[in-house]
Amino acid sequence: MQTSNVAPKLRTDIRDISYSRQQRALKLGVNIIMIIVALAMVLPFWLVISVSLTDEKALAVNGYRMLPSEFSSYAYEYLFRVPDLITRAYSVTGFVTLFGTALGLLIMSMLAYGMSRLDMKTSRVIGLYVLFTILFKGGLIPFYLLMTKTYHLKDNIIALIFPYLVSPFNVLLLRSYFTQLPKEILESAKMDGASEIRMFFKMALPLATPALATIGLFTLLGYWNDYYLALLFMDSPEKYPLQFLLFNMMNNADAITKAAAVGVKISAPIQPLRMAMAVIAAGPAIFISLTLGRYLVRGITLGGVKA
Amino acid sequence: MENALDQKQAIPIPQKSKKLFGQKVKRYFSKYGGLLVLMLPGLVHIFMIQYMAMFGAIIAFKDYRAADGILGSKWVGFQNFRFLFQTDVAWQVTFNTVFMNLLFIITGTIAALFIAILLNEIYGSRLSQVYQLTLFLPFFVGPVIIGYIAYAILNSNGFINAMLEAWWGMEKILFYSKAEYWRYILVIANLWGGIGFGTVVYLSGMIGISPEYYEAAHIDGANKWQQISKITIPMIRYLIVTQVLLAVGRIFFANFGLFYFVPQLYKNGQLIPVADVLDTFVYRALYGGGGSRIKLGMAAAAGLYQSAVGFVLVFLANLGVRRFSKEQALF
Repeated sequence: MQTSNVAPKLRTDIRDISYSRQQRALKLGVNIIMIIVALAMVLPFWLVISVSLTDEKALAVNGYRMLPSEFSSYAYEYLFRVPDLITRAYSVTGFVTLFGTALGLLIMSMLAYGMSRLDMKTSRVIGLYVLFTILFKGGLIPFYLLMTKTYHLKDNIIALIFPYLVSPFNVLLLRSYFTQLPKEILESAKMDGASEIRMFFKMALPLATPALATIGLFTLLGYWNDYYLALLFMDSPEKYPLQFLLFNMMNNADAITKAAAVGVKISAPIQPLRMAMAVIAAGPAIFISLTLGRYLVRGITLGGVKA
Repeated sequence: MENALDQKQAIPIPQKSKKLFGQKVKRYFSKYGGLLVLMLPGLVHIFMIQYMAMFGAIIAFKDYRAADGILGSKWVGFQNFRFLFQTDVAWQVTFNTVFMNLLFIITGTIAALFIAILLNEIYGSRLSQVYQLTLFLPFFVGPVIIGYIAYAILNSNGFINAMLEAWWGMEKILFYSKAEYWRYILVIANLWGGIGFGTVVYLSGMIGISPEYYEAAHIDGANKWQQISKITIPMIRYLIVTQVLLAVGRIFFANFGLFYFVPQLYKNGQLIPVADVLDTFVYRALYGGGGSRIKLGMAAAAGLYQSAVGFVLVFLANLGVRRFSKEQALF
């Protein structure tokens, strides 16, 4: 049976009129519901922004509102005057994220490429070696003791980078991507005498850019948003990454005044200040989500990332 | 004459096969050497972090004292496990983990399917991209910020209480000291934080459905609802089943950030009966938060118990997933 846009219609089917009306009503309804959902996602962020711009005393009287009961940018002014609070944490997080993501992607893709090019027997053994670590973990206590007692990484910035360098799950994802690369190109390069290492850097890596980008984005977010490693291993405030600093601020109010450095004679507007710090900390993440977000969605859709 | 020949054959044979083996190894390395070099850092890292931690799980069977170290501490067999399961905490924590995860799976799947169906109707329009991005906002900002948002809504001065007092003239609710609200709050928080992922996974399956099915159904007189229930859902049944199975496989592992930050477990002891899960329990034991009864060896036992049961569940779940869709399974 032919579809309606192929055969010219001699008589307009009454079903089609009401159907297109149905379609439009449906699209409208869908959009209305989705707007409500989108608002539910966005408004909580707006609340945080609003509170950060509210006068502290008004906050105590009126509570947290969607619109500041009394506008005041004092929290941000305060932050501006004691920037060390945040800039230090930003630099720690920035360094850890950049270094960790770059190094991690390199190591993981090298491993994945090797696994994709090996003979069946070894490939299976190594595959099992990697896979098993996804299925079974040692647990937090052994991990903690390992990092502190065996590797002596307590309060060491390396402790923020090292554990996440290789994610076995991502390695398997990358391997399946590498195995799908066109074998003829690689084989012909091999016959021309190229070494596997050179083939990796000159051919495989460039070809793998889409997969690297998606996994890179996930790794980057993982490092940027990590609080866990700092929670476990960091003692010195100057080594706190961003998310952990935020956690600390929520925890104890005097952490703010303590960390804000000596000599500052103004008092901290704690409640709006907390929210202001959250805004400044979340800002880049939100910016990235707006700009790079579609690539993440695309990556999940195409690559079928099993979250 | 024969003797000389026999002798010649008797002795060199072992050496010959040794040379062949050596040659085989050399050939293997010359062929795959570069690959092995590439793989080395990754393999070493996995050993140093993942496998070393596995060996350390032996602590669960020891009465660990910091002074004696792992090897020096006394071996006590299953005593840690016995002590652990004699307490109420172990069962409470197990129940919380499994029960809450179950709630998450059910609510999460329904919500994700619902929104995916909606987005499928307007797929391709620029607005749909915007909607999808808003769904991912919580994922991008991380659990600490989500904890902040929860605080802004729930604290004694927060949004809900401000509304209660100002607009409805009701008394404030001190959420952070009332355990009974928190199963709901955590479900909502988990939904809010996780809706992005689930939706995208189901949506990606839905957009793959050929429009011919829908056209044929329309011609046969099916309305939208029938089209959805008879075409869309069944066509992604494999996806739903695998996602749910994989989630059930992980049911013994909780989202630490969610359960630690949102109820502010480090501060609010009253919420522990409801919000403490295996992961937070083991963590708190690390810092003596479980009380003096929970020693490090027992906490390690809890962790090993979680890993072991989790392993069995994940393994079985993936076996089940293999039958539906081989590429979704881990192996």
